[in-house]
Amino acid sequence: MTADTFALHFLNGVTFGALLFLLASGFTLIFGLMRITNLCHGGLYLVGGYIGFSLLVFTGNFWLALVGAGLAIAALGLVVERTLLRQVRGQTDPEVLLTLGLAFVLGDLALAIWGGDPLTIRTPGVLRESVSLFGLTYPVFRLFVVLVGVGIAAVLWYLMHHTRLGAVIRAGVDDREMVDAMGIDIQRLFNRVFAFGAFLAGLAGLLGGAFLALYPGADWEILLLAIVVVIIGGPGSLVGAVVGSLTVGLIDAFAKALVPDLLYFTLFAPMVLILAWRPYGLLGRAS
Amino acid sequence: MRAAALARHIPAPLQLGLLAAALVLAIALPYLTSSFYVSVATQILFFGLLAMSIDLLGGYTGLMPLGHAGVLGISAYTMGYLVSRLRWGWVEAAGVALALTVLVSLLFGFLAVRTRGIFFVMITMAEGMLVWGLAYRWASVTGAENGIRGIARPAFATLYWQYYYFALVVFLLCALALWLLVRSPFGLTLRGIRESESRMRTLGYNVTLHKLLAFTISGFFAGVAGLLYAWYNQYISPSSVHISASTEGLLMVVLGGAGTLLGPVLGAAVIVAVKNLLSMYVARWPTVLGLIFIVVVLFAKDGLVGLGRRGWAAWQQRQQRPVSAAAPGAYPMAVDEERAATGS
Repeated sequence: MTADTFALHFLNGVTFGALLFLLASGFTLIFGLMRITNLCHGGLYLVGGYIGFSLLVFTGNFWLALVGAGLAIAALGLVVERTLLRQVRGQTDPEVLLTLGLAFVLGDLALAIWGGDPLTIRTPGVLRESVSLFGLTYPVFRLFVVLVGVGIAAVLWYLMHHTRLGAVIRAGVDDREMVDAMGIDIQRLFNRVFAFGAFLAGLAGLLGGAFLALYPGADWEILLLAIVVVIIGGPGSLVGAVVGSLTVGLIDAFAKALVPDLLYFTLFAPMVLILAWRPYGLLGRAS
Repeated sequence: MRAAALARHIPAPLQLGLLAAALVLAIALPYLTSSFYVSVATQILFFGLLAMSIDLLGGYTGLMPLGHAGVLGISAYTMGYLVSRLRWGWVEAAGVALALTVLVSLLFGFLAVRTRGIFFVMITMAEGMLVWGLAYRWASVTGAENGIRGIARPAFATLYWQYYYFALVVFLLCALALWLLVRSPFGLTLRGIRESESRMRTLGYNVTLHKLLAFTISGFFAGVAGLLYAWYNQYISPSSVHISASTEGLLMVVLGGAGTLLGPVLGAAVIVAVKNLLSMYVARWPTVLGLIFIVVVLFAKDGLVGLGRRGWAAWQQRQQRPVSAAAPGAYPMAVDEERAATGS
């Protein structure tokens, strides 16, 4: 492997990791706080991407589409949490089954509305160009996704560590009952956190649509990678999500180049082993 | 305890009669309908077997697996490879495929039974996706997206009705084995683990070993279902082992009624019927499946079998109303106690 191709795979890994982080950070917040494995997170991502695509076609404004996709999916998340997930709060199997059912419905409705052909989000102006980096010509948009990822990570970090809301969420990840007993409306908190995770999934959907294209089945692909991220990093851990995203992004990029036959094996085998020996992640801790 | 409740609700002679009627119908089916419906029935048989294998873990042991399509895939791919590429005979190919499935199940189980709850769901999901990943990318062996074609059926079961009877015999043998298993002391121990793992541990049971055995046995039956699946389609591809296939298997169990053997088969029948019959009229059957999932989880947690039991109990109650009028409140209270005892 020459220095050039190494740099290329490295950049591909980091940029894909940034996209995964957007999805995984929402997933890990929901998982850590509510102990819900939100298996329709991939569906939210895909539908967010499609809604963004339609907004872009309709308004022609990329930024409007980006925000619109996030907000639309946040609203969907609010409704889903309020009407469905709340009914089975705290029961592991029904929660898994319910989100699986939702994943089926979201994926199929997306197919019904937007069809089966891959759609790509057209990015505006400067984002469509390429820059010279480490002697490579690299698309600006991928670097832009890294910028968004870093920005969201910074916002999340500030939110979690320097605001009252963040303190409550961190307390909730550690001990939900105690937070509830302290007089904090945990239902409301769950609702908001779920919607926020959905918002991030919607954003990721639009960015992913410009990056990887939107097509039926993309929901499961990205969901499974996000789950690997969360397992490596540990549920509820923001730093874990960053580390996990970069790890999975880099494994993905290098495995594609070096051992294409074993691509998924290199992702899921570590996940199985970590789950068996350290279910709270390499960086996580049991609560 | 649930089986006892069923016996109390629906008398044994009636149960046996229904079972015998179903058996006669199953045997007579090829004489009654077209090849299309016989094919649908064949699918119900192997999906029912897969669902029963999932239920042995999910319903009886309390460990919900989300990767059983992967287990099915190990046996289907192995047998397909041996028969289609290496021209092995069906007996040897099936034997090796099942042996490998049991070995891999033992390994998967060894890793998975260390966890429980949501982590068990996720580790089995990852294990299933490991199989999918190999099926999808290991092109030299699995044919990647093209899959393995031309998986010849055993010579005596090439025609659709011959294959149906072959699948029926295999299904009945497996169902009998599972029925004996869940009623054995081993099966009771599994249910004990489902109800309270710590109590079983305190009583001196080796809980981990029981879970591992349950996982492996479940893997064996999923493997048998995989053989029937591959021969039926004479083809196997990555989409058959994807997590969405595992999810459908789980849906069959939940829809029919977890923790019963009849439930998964009923669930399989409904799902296979929805997929084959409804898809002729509605293109949106995954939405229908998803909605079934949501409705069952919210409104009918014990599935069709549970609905049937409650329906029977209500019917019994109506029959006995003159009696309960003589002793007001006595009967409904007994029903409530029974519900509390069975946890339904």
